[in-house]
Amino acid sequence: MTTYDAPRRLDASSYFVCFSGIVWREVLRFLHQRQRFLAALVRPLVWLFIFAAGFRQTLGVSTIPPYQTYVLYEEFVTPGLVGLVLLFNAMLTSLTMVYDRETGAMRTLLVSPFPRSFLLVSKLLGGVAVALLQVYAFLLIAYLWEIEPPLIGYLAVLPALVLSGLMLGALALLMSSVIRQLENFAGVMNFVIFPMFFASSALYPLWRIKQASPLLYEICRVNPFTHVVELIRFALYGQIDQASLAMVLGFTALFLAAAIYAYNPSKGLIGRRAEPGGGR
Amino acid sequence: MMTSAAGQSGERPADALLVRGVSHSFGPVRALSDVSLVVPRGAFVVLLGPNGAGKSTLFALVTRLYDNVSGEIRILGHDVRRNPTAALQQLGVVFQSRSLDSDLSVLQNLTYHAALQGIGWRQGHRRAIDALAKVGLAERAGDKTRALSGGQARRVEIARALLHDPACLVLDEATVGLDVASRESVLAIIRTLVKERGVGVLWATHLVDEVAGNDHVVLLHKGCVRFSGAVPNLLETAQADDLRSAFMRVTAEAA
Repeated sequence: MTTYDAPRRLDASSYFVCFSGIVWREVLRFLHQRQRFLAALVRPLVWLFIFAAGFRQTLGVSTIPPYQTYVLYEEFVTPGLVGLVLLFNAMLTSLTMVYDRETGAMRTLLVSPFPRSFLLVSKLLGGVAVALLQVYAFLLIAYLWEIEPPLIGYLAVLPALVLSGLMLGALALLMSSVIRQLENFAGVMNFVIFPMFFASSALYPLWRIKQASPLLYEICRVNPFTHVVELIRFALYGQIDQASLAMVLGFTALFLAAAIYAYNPSKGLIGRRAEPGGGR
Repeated sequence: MMTSAAGQSGERPADALLVRGVSHSFGPVRALSDVSLVVPRGAFVVLLGPNGAGKSTLFALVTRLYDNVSGEIRILGHDVRRNPTAALQQLGVVFQSRSLDSDLSVLQNLTYHAALQGIGWRQGHRRAIDALAKVGLAERAGDKTRALSGGQARRVEIARALLHDPACLVLDEATVGLDVASRESVLAIIRTLVKERGVGVLWATHLVDEVAGNDHVVLLHKGCVRFSGAVPNLLETAQADDLRSAFMRVTAEAA
């Protein structure tokens, strides 16, 4: 008869240790990569300082909720640029996952004794923590540029940012499971980030898009990123857009379930796509 | 053939690693076919095979990067598929490719790994310092891992794999890309661990000069175990004078 050694019990505090370790690692890596922090800020700021300033005189935005009065184009476009920060961060997190998988660092994570779904969600929330640093740094600079939402908005937007970051991160995680090499990822970035960003309400109000093209309007309406932008836009002014909240919650659940399935060792895509001889 | 140094009757502790009847395919390609092997506690077992033999696939299954669909894999008696938490708690892994985070310091890499095992920061820090001392790198704790040589990075990965005090350690081509001195240093550390801590080690390699005269060898070729036993038995079976000739003969026969 064989006797087995009793495993250590993984209690709630162990889960917390593991979660905080994963988040800490993501934040630490980000802080060590100063260029990444700079790049993350420069991108939306270029849009704000140059693009939005240029369009201020040509693109009028009438008073639409959540705005109480006519707003400058820079103010209108700010929630979209916050969404852009989240989107890029999610895709870059996904990029690091592809890189981690190629180098073996992802394997280190996945051989942890904690449930894989817990590890993946923790990794996503680590990415969200990094995104929050970027978003608030951007909002601070935007404030100095006289984009001044109510102070309560900075707090109210936090749950919207976390939820949106989780949704976009789950989408990126799903993508990382089917991308085999970094080279493929560049193409997917172009096919995902730019269409998602431009076919949304980030740069133009939906009513304007409807006037221009009913088909594009319908595409924008089903684009998850539109709902991310609207959720952030309303939250930044202390309001909740119920429809966008429901859509973002639904897309988060969908993308998360699919990503966890894809990384499931018995059912997912990872094992099926691997090659013998340690090709992966 | 499946052999074990431990007795097969009476009450005894579970083997560090047991692989029984495992097959695996990638689509139409058969990567492993009915593979069985045992690594008892306190034993050093060499998984010897040429490139493409299926060693990395077996490692992926043992570490549950994906599940085995046939056969069973047990770590200290715990089924990897049915009870992955208990099984993976007893497993330390050194992967073929370098897996340290180059943006973090040596110590940060180790405490991160400790957290992945549910070990808190304070205890993880202490264990990390101890583990680094064991592999002779205590003075490099604060350095970024990108500043380490290939051999030093491997030693850090070994220290990392031992942080949670596993009963089973698996190393996939751990000496690839290292110079002779580094290879010998890494191998010496592992053999010492086996003796002093009773860790069961599965050492995968394609280099016959890493096999000692009294090692237990599992020879894997084209996804099948061609031989399992002590080196003298392999020489006798292959009717060869040295291990290199025996290896060539067994793999040629199977070709």
